[in-house]
Amino acid sequence: MDGSGPVVAFWLLAAVTLVAAGGVLVSRNLLHAVLFLILAFIGVAGHFVLLSAEFLAMAQVIIYVGAISVLLLFAILLTPRAGRDNGETKAFPVGALLAVALAAVFLFVINDTNWKTVSESPALAPEALGEALLTSWVLPFEIASVLLTAALVGSIMLARTAEEEAEDALA
Amino acid sequence: MSTLFLASVGIEHFLTVGALLFCLGLMIALGKRNAIGVLMGVELMLNAVNLTLLTFSRFSESDRPIAGQTFVAFIITVAAAEAAVALALAMSVYRNRETVDVDQINLLKS
Repeated sequence: MDGSGPVVAFWLLAAVTLVAAGGVLVSRNLLHAVLFLILAFIGVAGHFVLLSAEFLAMAQVIIYVGAISVLLLFAILLTPRAGRDNGETKAFPVGALLAVALAAVFLFVINDTNWKTVSESPALAPEALGEALLTSWVLPFEIASVLLTAALVGSIMLARTAEEEAEDALA
Repeated sequence: MSTLFLASVGIEHFLTVGALLFCLGLMIALGKRNAIGVLMGVELMLNAVNLTLLTFSRFSESDRPIAGQTFVAFIITVAAAEAAVALALAMSVYRNRETVDVDQINLLKS
């Protein structure tokens, strides 16, 4: 990927994504953490565009930035007495050490491997993804829709109160 | 090396961003006290994995170049289902215990 445009875009997006992810880690207020998370999601969507996956970039914006962030905000606002503190548990130093060690391994492997890459991007229109989903991968596609239905019904069952269940039993 | 590293963007750069994002997400998922905070870390990790998959899909030679993008589409679907169920669980725990702190949910501890 040459030329100044994509390179500048990459560095800007990388900086935004990683700084926003760091913001999720360090912000003390859960609501601020969600706002940083939205910024990180947008940065990842930008990376998707750079990797010539435009449809997935749009899906990322709609699903993560639109739906999942709103779901997270709902969950925070519906648990008012649980507190908005985004603090760490006692296990945080161990987890941080593990993550840093894993990052070191990843970075070593990434820089040490001689990647065989193609220089030019494979020409993939969004239509190709739709065609693949409805021909080669039609069975996983249908299973995914069943999974979404099951998850929807399951979430409603989990989240409703005992009184609501009693009302439904009477009706 | 350093000027070349900065001047053109290749597979290593995207993989590095993916790896760092994954490790930040892991740090958040392992360390946060609030269950919703933990879920944010998990979402970041899923995003990092998607980024890595798309990087390999873009830079690798393949007979079916669309396969990587299809895989990412399915991961996004499953991640949405996971987020919905996890937040419903958080609501359910909050209703019973008035907290969503993972270090306070210790009913099984003797």
